[in-house]
Amino acid sequence: MHIDKDLVAASATPLVLGILADGESYGYAILKRVTELSGGRMQWTDGMLYPLLHRLERHELIEASWGTADTGRRRKHYTITPAGRAALAERQEQWTVVADALKQVWQDLSDGATGHPGLAGPRTAEGWA
Amino acid sequence: MNDTPQHTTQHTPDHAGLEAQIDQWRGFVRRRRAIAAPDVEEMEDHLREQVADLQEGGLDDDEAFLVAVKRMGNLDDVSREFAREHSDRLWKQLVLFPDETTGTGAGAGTSLGRFRELGVLLALAVAAGIALKILVTSTDDEATILLNAPFLVLPFLAGYFAWKRALPLLTAAALMAAAGALALVVDLYPFDTGDPADPFAETGMTVVLAILHAPVVLWLLVGVVYAAGSWRSDARRMDYVRFTGELLVYLALIALGGMLLVGLTFGVLSLVGIDFEPFLGDWLLPFALPGALMVAAWLVEAKKSVVENIAPVLARVFTPLAALMLVAMFVALLTGGPLDAVDRELLILMDAVLLVVLFLLLYSISARDPLDPPGIFDWLQLVLVGAALAVDAVALTAMLVRIAEFGFTANKVAALGLNLILLVHLAWAGRLTLGFVRGTRTFVATERWQTRYLPVYGAWALIVVVAFPPLFGFA
Repeated sequence: MHIDKDLVAASATPLVLGILADGESYGYAILKRVTELSGGRMQWTDGMLYPLLHRLERHELIEASWGTADTGRRRKHYTITPAGRAALAERQEQWTVVADALKQVWQDLSDGATGHPGLAGPRTAEGWA
Repeated sequence: MNDTPQHTTQHTPDHAGLEAQIDQWRGFVRRRRAIAAPDVEEMEDHLREQVADLQEGGLDDDEAFLVAVKRMGNLDDVSREFAREHSDRLWKQLVLFPDETTGTGAGAGTSLGRFRELGVLLALAVAAGIALKILVTSTDDEATILLNAPFLVLPFLAGYFAWKRALPLLTAAALMAAAGALALVVDLYPFDTGDPADPFAETGMTVVLAILHAPVVLWLLVGVVYAAGSWRSDARRMDYVRFTGELLVYLALIALGGMLLVGLTFGVLSLVGIDFEPFLGDWLLPFALPGALMVAAWLVEAKKSVVENIAPVLARVFTPLAALMLVAMFVALLTGGPLDAVDRELLILMDAVLLVVLFLLLYSISARDPLDPPGIFDWLQLVLVGAALAVDAVALTAMLVRIAEFGFTANKVAALGLNLILLVHLAWAGRLTLGFVRGTRTFVATERWQTRYLPVYGAWALIVVVAFPPLFGFA
């Protein structure tokens, strides 16, 4: 499923912070977790994750440290900071409001989908013109 | 190297192909300036994890690599995101001492080498300062100081390049001999430097001319060292032209900064009643001037492949303005008062104007890609050269009349000679540029003409230094 770019961008920060709130992680593992959480329906462009992680690091919401992976390669690990947890809580409140509002809209839509003038299409639009 | 044993048994025995592909990809990412080396490392780790996972799922090396790269996304977009996050990375920063820990590909040797180079350079700068200080203490005569200073300072700059380029001893000896011979000539000539008893005595013309022209000869000798002896190469000559332009820009900036510091020190010290001037003249200037030259040369060398050249940029900015100026001059010369009263100052001014035009032309050419088709800027240069030639033609006619009337002096001949040399240089350059914009000539011809003609200036300067004083009776 294709998800709108802006929506991906808006949800990326709380998702990453939320995943890191569970414990420290690194780039590839974070992406795998996102895929898992969305049941494979949310596919990010992998490369875009890294500028985002840098931005969160600059805002001191997460901290990075270099470690060594099992394979012997150097790997950058990220952990959430107290400021990051605060930001996550704030984001959570915001998303709850948005989600509640949207839920009501979806509800209204499915209630009156047939007779609603605004969704009837070009025929009514002609009548207004 | 990172393959776990199970991979080597499950898939192809070695992953040389995959490694080569990853190497290629890494090279591709590294070229993005916004993505720093540690970021590339992080992304490569990601790519390898992804490939390993895909291989687990049954894909072979090639397929896994392709899918992993595709998922990584368009590098342009990723690079733009990095640039938004790290806008400072888009400003090329001059790293004088590469830091090994950032892993920019430069090893510890480079940093150490840079430090050693700076050490050699500073030692040479101090030596040049001592030489200049000895000269200043040994004589009070300004003309002697000005005449000899380039001979004492430039060899140290040449020494730096000789050391850096490992110049063959024979070439170095020949150049030293040439410079030494010239130094002997100018110091043995019985110049008229004015009556030492008379504080307002005017120095003779020929010594002033020698003071002005000897550095040009020496500068071309330094160029031979700069080109590591292969001074016949057009490319090396153009490199030296570029070096000279950048050096002038850096020197100007260093001089501005230095003046600011000296001014501030002067102001504060004068408030508490300390006279800064003796120290300034006796110690600071003899060491600061050669020091500034050497440090500027070192900076130009260090930054040449890192930071954009500024001289060509300035040339581009000023070419249209200079063209306007020349057109205005041309109109003024034609409509203004009678030219029969003009003095040799007009000739000297004209030389300066032509030199400016030449610099604009030379530095625009130095930065141009020879394979680019002719564009609007080439036309603009043609206008510039044409206007310069027209202005000079008017001025020259007037001057020739004057000289025919009042006879030759050393100054007039020197100014006239330089004018003619510049005229030939620009006229032929204009002809070649015209051919280029019309499509009958290549740009390389224009470029080659510039570099081939440069020794003429050295030869003329040598004539002025060596032949003029006896010809005009050392007056």
